[in-house]
Amino acid sequence: MSTTSTEPVRPGRASLLYDPRIRGYIYQLALLAIVGFLIYSAASNAIENLRAQKIASGFGFWHNASGFDVNQKLIPYDASTGTYGRAFYVGLLNTLLVAAIGIVLSTFLGFFVGVARLSSNWVVAKIAMVYVEIIRNLPLLLQLFFWYNAVLKPLPNPRQSIQLPAGALLNNRGLYIPDPHLGPGGSLIIWAFLIGIAATLVFRHWARKQQAATGKQYPIGLVALGLVVLLPLAVYFATGRPVSFVYPELAGFNLRGGIQIFPEFVALLLGLTTYTAGFIAEVVRAGILAVSKGQTEAANALGLRAGPTLKLVVIPQAMRVIIPPLTSNYLNLTKNSSLAVAIGYPDLVQVFTGTVLNQTGQAVEVVAITMAVYLTISLVTSLFMNIYNRRMALVER
Amino acid sequence: MTDATTEMAPYAFVRKETLEQQAAPLSVAGPLAWVRNNLFSGPLNTLLTLLCVYIVATSLPELIRFYFIDAVWTGANRDACLADKVGRPVGACWAYVADRLQYFIYGSYPISERWRVNIVFAMFALGVVWMLWTQAPKKKLGFFYFFVLMPISAYVLLLGGAGAERLVRNGMVLSLALAAIYVVLSFVPQLVGFYLGSANLAVVQEASPLKRFSGPKQLILFALVVFGALGVLASSIGLPRVDTGLWGGMTVTFLIAAVGIVFSLPFGILLALGRRSKLPIIQLISVIFIEFVRGVPLITVLFMANTMLPLFVPQEYSPDRLLRPLIGVAMFAAAYMAEVIRGGLQAMPKGQYEGAMSLGLGYWSMMRLIILPQALRIVIPGIVNTFIGLFKDTTLVTIVGIFDFLRTIEATLVDPTWATPTTRATGYAFAAVFYFLCCWGMSRYSISVEKRLAAGQKR
Repeated sequence: MSTTSTEPVRPGRASLLYDPRIRGYIYQLALLAIVGFLIYSAASNAIENLRAQKIASGFGFWHNASGFDVNQKLIPYDASTGTYGRAFYVGLLNTLLVAAIGIVLSTFLGFFVGVARLSSNWVVAKIAMVYVEIIRNLPLLLQLFFWYNAVLKPLPNPRQSIQLPAGALLNNRGLYIPDPHLGPGGSLIIWAFLIGIAATLVFRHWARKQQAATGKQYPIGLVALGLVVLLPLAVYFATGRPVSFVYPELAGFNLRGGIQIFPEFVALLLGLTTYTAGFIAEVVRAGILAVSKGQTEAANALGLRAGPTLKLVVIPQAMRVIIPPLTSNYLNLTKNSSLAVAIGYPDLVQVFTGTVLNQTGQAVEVVAITMAVYLTISLVTSLFMNIYNRRMALVER
Repeated sequence: MTDATTEMAPYAFVRKETLEQQAAPLSVAGPLAWVRNNLFSGPLNTLLTLLCVYIVATSLPELIRFYFIDAVWTGANRDACLADKVGRPVGACWAYVADRLQYFIYGSYPISERWRVNIVFAMFALGVVWMLWTQAPKKKLGFFYFFVLMPISAYVLLLGGAGAERLVRNGMVLSLALAAIYVVLSFVPQLVGFYLGSANLAVVQEASPLKRFSGPKQLILFALVVFGALGVLASSIGLPRVDTGLWGGMTVTFLIAAVGIVFSLPFGILLALGRRSKLPIIQLISVIFIEFVRGVPLITVLFMANTMLPLFVPQEYSPDRLLRPLIGVAMFAAAYMAEVIRGGLQAMPKGQYEGAMSLGLGYWSMMRLIILPQALRIVIPGIVNTFIGLFKDTTLVTIVGIFDFLRTIEATLVDPTWATPTTRATGYAFAAVFYFLCCWGMSRYSISVEKRLAAGQKR
């Protein structure tokens, strides 16, 4: 295959259509045009439709009187003086409350079940497996209906309340627990508690430094117990037991006194906790299985017993695998708390996207605000978990 | 040799005969040892075992008694399930489920038209088996069926009416026209020589006219058969319109799940490709869409679809009440699917991309022929898991007023015909069994695929 011509072969100039860069620009411009057209037509249609339906736009409704009441509120709010903006904060705080408690409880339950699935005890492992399989394969909404309609609703009425230990009462209007009242000097106990926590942190820091420098270990757990539990207890007795409890009592057809925890809250918390715990259990199990067996064997060879092996060798390595999926489970729990609307717990979606939307009709603004809140929660949570994850991650050369 | 050693060490003890083989000690073998090792290996374990056995022994017989032994299986109304009317303790009221089963499956769909729903169920089952059974023949035909023909047929059969008949007629005309074109092309392939290029044209010309372009011809033939059958049904029995307000029960649950999977896979693939694209604007738009949808709860997406979608289109095109949550679910599922598929794309070794490029394949050919077939295969378990989540999430449409399966159960619970103390427990148990069987079956499938995919890596 020899060429007869000695002239250099010049590559033919390709058509501009086949230039990848030009093509890229064309594709992107086309997409921009489509998206822009969609947004423009949606916006112009929305303006037209809103005008036709005589619905106001903008965020002016924020300061308007709301005129509806909410049963569970963490900040003062009532129907006569409340505004839509205030109702938003009530709902947001309720969402954050159930999400925060749910995250803590589901973490404990999830770690417990996850470890139980790996237990050498056959019965324990099988029961944990059955729990995980059932919980993970049923819709959360069905579980919430179960907890609310089948478990909490059929409870007796306040007159036949179920007596629980420590003066708590359970009936179909919720759980009533004694309300602690601080007498004179009672605030000292809270201060003692806070000081105990602070002192524990300081001691732990000091003990770690000492151990790094000298190798000597200090009993951090015991000191923490003393500072956090015994110190407030001592203050409690020293100030002459200034805490009194107001117990719930029957008055007419209802109970008076005590703190009422609404059944909607209990049902949502139970549902979210057990559901998320099933997923966390699988995450934990996968994390522990990901630590190679050689690590445990090496720890045993060093003479560590089972407890320290788990605490010092297995869990720190398993946490690296566990944290990223754990974060997404926390986020899922927070997002799933919006199912509250199905059982009437006044969370952000029920109060704001439900009642406020129905009253004002301003769908665009209300839904946009709600979505922005959840997006913010998601982004902030992943930010914090990323920081924590970076601290836990393997430091490589 | 041995003699010499024995002589040199006169006091050594050498056993002359083999000992009888002894049974393994009781503590390490046999069922007793298993019990000791796995149930009673220490005080804590013994306590846990006893506690668990106690819990199971007290609750399981109760459950069996309630749901089976004391249960009522037949009856016409609530009297069959009331303890004082029957004169014995009454457990679950299965008679209620039997009585309302048609409603749970079809909702308020007209009884005379329910055969149409049954055909759609059968078509859906065929499609699912075709897609999931890895050794199934004619996979490409299966994809075409699942993503094009089945949705169109389901729309025509379930909704019916003039619009559906027009759709069937247009589909028929289109496939007939394509068939005619391909018949001509089979005999005169030179007509598309400019598209195929001379080398491909030569390959095509080698085959006999019947075998030329066999792939597209199969698809067209299949489409002709399906449209023909639909046309026959429409003209002989007739497909009167059934408003979506009448749809309900498992029909709607499966419909939402099917719409979710049929739309989320193609859109998910596009979004995943967009997110990995080198073109900044395409990447940015994909990332914003994916992260936005994944950052908000499905309920807010459903509320958005329900309240904002009608505002975004001209009044006369206001979407149907069932269509709105379907759009919401499809968007939501697409974002999650995109992340699963992106995982598959990232798991592809760079050599695959480079190999495809060195063969001279363009972007779309590279993706279609080399990358996506491998990437999608390894994320089948992830896709199935996402689909399980989607299937469970279909219950949320209850909140925006759609009568899915769970909502039909809730609706019958307030009906006085079957109002008994045990109806609720029975209804929830039935719902739980339904959802559990579907989700658990899918998760088993995903695990088996995972095992087969991992077989290559096993040492």
